[in-house]
Amino acid sequence: MALIDTINPLLTTGWAKGDAGWSLKDYEARGGYKQLRRVLESKMTPDDLIAEIKKSVLRGRGGAGFPTGLKWSFMPKAAPEKYVVCNTDEGEPGTFKDRDLLRFDPHSTIEGMIIAAYAVGAKRGYNYIHGEIFEIYQRFEEALDQARAAGYLGSNILGSDFSFDLFAHHGWGAYICGEETGLLESIEGKKGQPRYKPPFPANFGLYGKPTTINNTETFAAIPFILGMGGEAYLGLGKPNNGGTKLFSVSGHVNRPGNYEVPMGTPFAKLLEMAGGMRGGRKLKAVIPGGSSAPVLPADVMMECTMDYDSIAKAGSMLGSGAVIVMDETVCMVKALERLSYFYFEESCGQCTPCREGSGWLYRVVHRIEHGQGRPEDLDLLNRVTDNMMGKTICALAAAAAFPVRSFIKHFKTEFEYHIENKKCLIDPEVQRMGSGFFKAGAA
Amino acid sequence: MNTHNAMLSPELSAAALRKIDREVAKYPADQKQSAVMAALVIAQDEKGWLSKETIAAVAGYLGMAPIAAYEVASFYNMYDLHPVGRYKLTVCTNLPCALSGGVHAADYVKQKLGIDFNETTPDGKFTLKEGECMGACGDAPVLLVNNKRMCSFMLPEQIDKLLAECK
Repeated sequence: MALIDTINPLLTTGWAKGDAGWSLKDYEARGGYKQLRRVLESKMTPDDLIAEIKKSVLRGRGGAGFPTGLKWSFMPKAAPEKYVVCNTDEGEPGTFKDRDLLRFDPHSTIEGMIIAAYAVGAKRGYNYIHGEIFEIYQRFEEALDQARAAGYLGSNILGSDFSFDLFAHHGWGAYICGEETGLLESIEGKKGQPRYKPPFPANFGLYGKPTTINNTETFAAIPFILGMGGEAYLGLGKPNNGGTKLFSVSGHVNRPGNYEVPMGTPFAKLLEMAGGMRGGRKLKAVIPGGSSAPVLPADVMMECTMDYDSIAKAGSMLGSGAVIVMDETVCMVKALERLSYFYFEESCGQCTPCREGSGWLYRVVHRIEHGQGRPEDLDLLNRVTDNMMGKTICALAAAAAFPVRSFIKHFKTEFEYHIENKKCLIDPEVQRMGSGFFKAGAA
Repeated sequence: MNTHNAMLSPELSAAALRKIDREVAKYPADQKQSAVMAALVIAQDEKGWLSKETIAAVAGYLGMAPIAAYEVASFYNMYDLHPVGRYKLTVCTNLPCALSGGVHAADYVKQKLGIDFNETTPDGKFTLKEGECMGACGDAPVLLVNNKRMCSFMLPEQIDKLLAECK
């Protein structure tokens, strides 16, 4: 859906007209491609450009929060063949911001990628787009054609000696490709199984060449940062947490959707913007950064501000900014069962602790949910997660473990009730009506 | 050139091969394999599903080993390695969708069509699949029709309408 509410809009300035405002002429009318033109015409040096991004303290919007300017500075200068890659493989449950960015304003990502390519010296780039949003992939291809026709892509961009071309590559249903080296393998036409690191993509990336890979929202922020200056952008957020951020709010709120707010905005304010709790029901828990982030109970979450540091201090992660809101109608065992099934289904299978561990987690949570839990199961679950975390090539094992550990930590009595009484603490009819799928009174 | 290629890959039409050529052109000349994901989708669109022979034809066209293309086709879950109905409906039942009725939407479709996940109606019209996150959790319940068309806010009335539209 188009924009509902925002504070200090940057990334979402182009969303006002919904599906009618995405094309090149609209983007140019709101100042689009001006920053690319300025960089090229003023012959800004790549070092100065990277310094400006560092000043903004823009941190990677895909989940890890790594400083973008620093990442760009890792690219070897002398390498003859380099790549810039955008990660729009948005499959983290709860996250749906990049889809809307490319739907309503694809050119800001394109401009950000061209500027990044100039900064790191890349001649070619790819945007890897989640297979499930094929209509968005088609729109992005159309936007690329527009940019190419206008001379923003291709040889000697805007008459400069800088050349760069950009292409779209779609996924086809594998969560693991959101992991950056799995994504690179996938562009190479292979199974998307993550690589050992080091070497990191800045040294050994796509086709073995130095590659800068960032999230869609990170690239989309670049033109705005250059427009206002790094320091002003940082000033919008709070120290060490620069700028604004898109938050995808899903679950039990009245107005699920994307909200752009300055870093450091209180969670309570974000919840209010999203229309508050559905049906006026009570907040029970929030997963603040996508399904891989530890869940937080309502009272802890209500004290948090939406930035990397506050959420980390509360024991979770800001991640991709996916805020999954759960009210008092939710059975936490059932909620965890669904998440554990996801990681079991999506484990790529190359590391034994993840392949086997994710199956164990799902089966044990499943049996608790279905009235066959054993008193020792909660210890068993924690032991399995001990054997997964930090013992695999990529972070999917940890992503499977975090929900299990945090659900048990914060909602232990609910799991114990389930094991002892062989049923949910929350009445099944209350759960059924919580989703809003059925009209009240309907069978 | 296309005529020659069509002879090498009798399984795919000239139109499909032209589409594949367009994908190949996105990558460096020595990296044709990069186009395999898109090529398999193009083949699946044309054939309805991917048989081993179709996968081998795609592999042959891109100059890669059939097993390498099969690894890709079997790794990514939107490739259909078995025949499916004319309309493949994939319902997301992941947690954010489930909170807003994703599981209930799937149950509703099952009841309407009289089939479970991974089954096809006897008339060959519908296949039902359980999907993982489609990146549209704010629009829940969400379902995909034939992989490429996303339908949002699928409450009972919208599901009824969609099923009626599918001829």
